Amino acid sequence: MPLIEFTDKGLYCPQGQFYIDPWKPVDRAVITHAHSDHARWGSKYYLCHHLTKPILQLRLGDNPYQTVEWNEPVMMNGVKISLHPAGHIIGSSQIRVEYGGEVWVVSGDYKTENDGISGAFEPVRCHTFITESTFGLPIYKWKPQPEIFDEIRNWVLANNASGKTSVLIAYSLGKAQRILKPLAETGLPIFLHGAVFNVHEALLNTGIHLPAAQRVQPTTTKGETQGNIVIAPSGADGSPWIKKFSPYNVGVCSGWMQVRGNTRRSNADAGFALSDHADWNGLLSAIKATGAQKVFATHGFQASFSRYLNEQGIEAAEVKTEYGNDEEETIAETEKHDTA
Amino acid sequence: MKQFAELVYTIGTSTKTNEKLQALQDYFATAPEKDMVWVIAVFTGRRPKRIVNSTFLKELCIDICNIPYWLFEECYHTVGDLGETIALLLPETEHVNEEEKTLSYYLEHFISILKEPDEVKKTFILDCWQQMDRNEKFVFNKLITGGFRIGVSQTIMVKALAKTKDVSPSVIAHRISGNWDPAITTADDLLSESSSTIDHSKPYPFYLSYAVEGEPADLGDINEWTAEWKWDGIRGQIIKRNNELFVWSRGEELVTEKFPEYSEFRADLPDGLVLDGEIICLDTSAGDGMVKPLPFAALQTRIGRKNISKKQLTEAPVGFIAYDILEYEGKDFRDEPFINRRKLLEQIIAGIHHPYLLISPTLQVIDWQQLHTQRATSREKGSEGLMLKRNNSPYLSGRKKGDWWKWKIDALTIDAVMIYAQKGHGRRSNLYTDYTFAVKDGDKLVSFAKAYSGLTDKEFAQVDAFVKRNSIEKFGPVRTVKPELVFELAFEGIAASNRHKSGVALRFPRISRWRKDKKADQINTLDDLKDILRMYNGANEH
Repeated sequence: MPLIEFTDKGLYCPQGQFYIDPWKPVDRAVITHAHSDHARWGSKYYLCHHLTKPILQLRLGDNPYQTVEWNEPVMMNGVKISLHPAGHIIGSSQIRVEYGGEVWVVSGDYKTENDGISGAFEPVRCHTFITESTFGLPIYKWKPQPEIFDEIRNWVLANNASGKTSVLIAYSLGKAQRILKPLAETGLPIFLHGAVFNVHEALLNTGIHLPAAQRVQPTTTKGETQGNIVIAPSGADGSPWIKKFSPYNVGVCSGWMQVRGNTRRSNADAGFALSDHADWNGLLSAIKATGAQKVFATHGFQASFSRYLNEQGIEAAEVKTEYGNDEEETIAETEKHDTA
Repeated sequence: MKQFAELVYTIGTSTKTNEKLQALQDYFATAPEKDMVWVIAVFTGRRPKRIVNSTFLKELCIDICNIPYWLFEECYHTVGDLGETIALLLPETEHVNEEEKTLSYYLEHFISILKEPDEVKKTFILDCWQQMDRNEKFVFNKLITGGFRIGVSQTIMVKALAKTKDVSPSVIAHRISGNWDPAITTADDLLSESSSTIDHSKPYPFYLSYAVEGEPADLGDINEWTAEWKWDGIRGQIIKRNNELFVWSRGEELVTEKFPEYSEFRADLPDGLVLDGEIICLDTSAGDGMVKPLPFAALQTRIGRKNISKKQLTEAPVGFIAYDILEYEGKDFRDEPFINRRKLLEQIIAGIHHPYLLISPTLQVIDWQQLHTQRATSREKGSEGLMLKRNNSPYLSGRKKGDWWKWKIDALTIDAVMIYAQKGHGRRSNLYTDYTFAVKDGDKLVSFAKAYSGLTDKEFAQVDAFVKRNSIEKFGPVRTVKPELVFELAFEGIAASNRHKSGVALRFPRISRWRKDKKADQINTLDDLKDILRMYNGANEH
C-alpha cells in the first residue's frame, strides 16, 4: 500500500486516514495553503499552519482547525505529519508524511526564491516527492525579485507623472501582500479592493506586519486615488468598479506575463512576470534537493515536466489533480464583496 | 537596436491606438534616418531575405540550451511564436553590450552574409545573442524568421510618418507602397514632399469599405448611390505605365507574373492607367462581356503556383473585373467624383473589348426595396452581396467610413461538433483556440473545417478548460477531444474538394455561435453539407 494514494477526492494517506488538500469534503484534511483550489469548503477537520488559519476562517467560515508551527510534528494513526515552509504565500507549507521509515513530501505550491514575507522554502529530504509544475517549462525563468520590483515602481512613478492611477492586478492572497512593501517605498498612497482588503485585515489581526493601505470605499473619491496605487484581484479587471479610477493604467503581476501573448490577451497596459511559483530552474533544484527516488508531478505542465525528469534519470509520473483552477473563484469572491 | 526593441515592445503590448501612434512618432522623430527606412520596410513586409530558416535557428537554440527537441516543441506550442520561444529559452546575457548597434547595422549585415557558409552565419547569430537582452533577442529573432506582425496597421504607421514629416497621409501611403529597396533608399527619397524618384510600378493605397450599419435605406436617397455586385476574388490594381504592365494584390504583392492572361490585353490599354478591381476566375461560357465568376476555390488553385497548365488557362482563366479608375493619362484621378470615374472606366473597357477584362455591372433599381430583392439573388450571380458607392465620392485611402459600404448576404451555417483542438498563436498563446469540426456521416464523424475565430475571450477560456479536461489523445500539438461541444459555423461559400476527407472545402469558416443547447447527436450531417454544395454551386453549372 503506498503511503499516499491519488483518489477522486484528492491525495489520501490510507494509513493515517487523512487527505492533503482534498477537493471534496472529507473527515480530515491537511492543508498546504489557503488558496481556494487547495483549501476547499466542507471538511470536518482541518490541519494547517497557524498563519493559514485566519484566511481559512475568512474564506471557509468556522470549522475545527488545528494549527501547527513549521517542523512541529503531529501524529495521526501512527503516521508522523509535519509542515515545512514552501515560500509560496504567507503560511504556505509542504507536508511531510512519514510512516515505517518511508517519507513522502507533498509540495503544495512553492517557490524557491525568498520573497521576504512567505518564509524561505526549505528542501525536505524524502523518498517520494509530489511536486507542483505550474511553470514546468524552460521558458519560465524569473528575473530576480528586486529587478521586477524596480520595474513595477518605475511604471507606477511614470503613471503618477502623467496623472494616471496605477491599478495593479494581483492575487488577493499572496501577490497583493508581496508587492505592498516595494510599492510603499514610492511614498504614494495605496488603495485595496475589498477582496484584497479582507485578506489584508485578517493577516494584520494575526500579527503580520504589512505597510499601510486603505480600502476602496463607495465614498472614495477620484481625487484621493488619482495618480496613486490601487491593488485589485483579476476579477476586477474590466469591471465597472475599475472604471471609476479613470484615467488609469492596468499592470498585471503574474508569472503568465512571461509570455507576450498572455500580456496582450489580458488587455493590460503592462505585465510583470512576478510569480509565487517556482520557475523551471527552481523546480529542478527543489527536486534535486529532496533526494527523492520517485517524483509525481501535479498541476501545470505535468506531462512535459515528468517526461523531462524521466529522461534525466529521475523516475517521475504525472498525476491529474483539480488544483490550479481557481480563477473563477477569485472572480466570484470579487463580486461577492464589491457589488456595492 | 534597443530603441527599436522598445518600440516593438510598446506596440506589442499597448492596447490603445493613440499610444501606438505616439510611440511610432517618438521613434520616427529620434531614430537614425537609415533605421527609419528599415522600420518602414519591415513593418510593410519588405524584410531582407532570410539568412537562415527557422529550423536552423531552432537547432542552434536547442544546442545552446541543451534541451531535448520535443521540449523545445512543447515550449513553442505554449509560446506560439518561434522568435519569442528562443528568446525566452536562451541563457540570460550576463553583461549586455553597452556599445549600441543600430537596426540597420543588423539588417545590412544580414544582407552581406546571405551567401556566406552556414558557419559564418552561425557565428554571427551566436555573437549577437551574447550581447543582447531578452527583448532585443526577441526582435532580432523576429527579423531573422520573418513575419513581423506585431499589431501595427499600415494606417497607423502612415499617420505617424505624416505627422513627423508634415506630409499628407495619402502621399506617404503612396510613397511607401510598391517596389523599393530599403538598402538603397534614403529617408529623403521615400518621404520628402519634393522627392523626384519615380517608381513606375507604384500602386495607390486601396480604398476599403466597412460593412453597412443598420438599414441601407438610412443612407438616404438611392439616386445618390451606385450599387454593384461584391465579388469574391482578390482585390487588385492593374497598372500600365511606360508601356509596362504591373499587377498588385491588396496585400501589396506584385503578382504580374502569376496572371499571364492579363498580358493579352496589355497592348490595348492606354499608357498611364491604373485600374482597381477584382482578380477572379471567369466562366468563359457566360457569353460576350457577361460577368460570371467561378467560386474562389478555382482561384485558389492558381495562388502560389509557378507553372500554370494549359488546362487551367482554358478551363478557368483569371479575368479582371474592373470597378474603378485611379489614374488616366498619367494623371491622378482619385479626387474626381465616383460617377465621373465610372463613366470614363466604362468607355475604356468598352474600347478594349477583351473577354478577360470586364467591367463590374451596376444594378439598376429605383428604390432600396428593389435593391433588397436583387441582393437576395447574389449567390446565383456568384457574388457575395453588394457594394454601395456614393456617386460624388472621391477615392480615399485605407478603410474609411461614409462613402463605400459592403452589404454582404447572410452567411451559410451548419452545426458541427469540435473534435480536435490546438493552441493558438500571438495573444492566444497557451490557449486552445484553433479547432477542427466534424459533421455526422452515419455513425462516424467526418472532419470538414477548421475555425479560429468567432468566440469571445471568455468563451475561448471555457472551451480551453474543456479541452484540457477532455483530451483523449495527443498528436504533437493537436489534442483529440471528446466530441461534445456543438458550434454553429458560418461560411461564405462551399466547393467540392478532393483534398478534404469530407469532399468539401468551405470559404471563410468561423464560429458564429456556441450551441450550448445542442448535443453532439443533433449536429448536421455530411449529406446536409453536400446539399448546400449542390444548391450553392448549381449556379455555376450549365
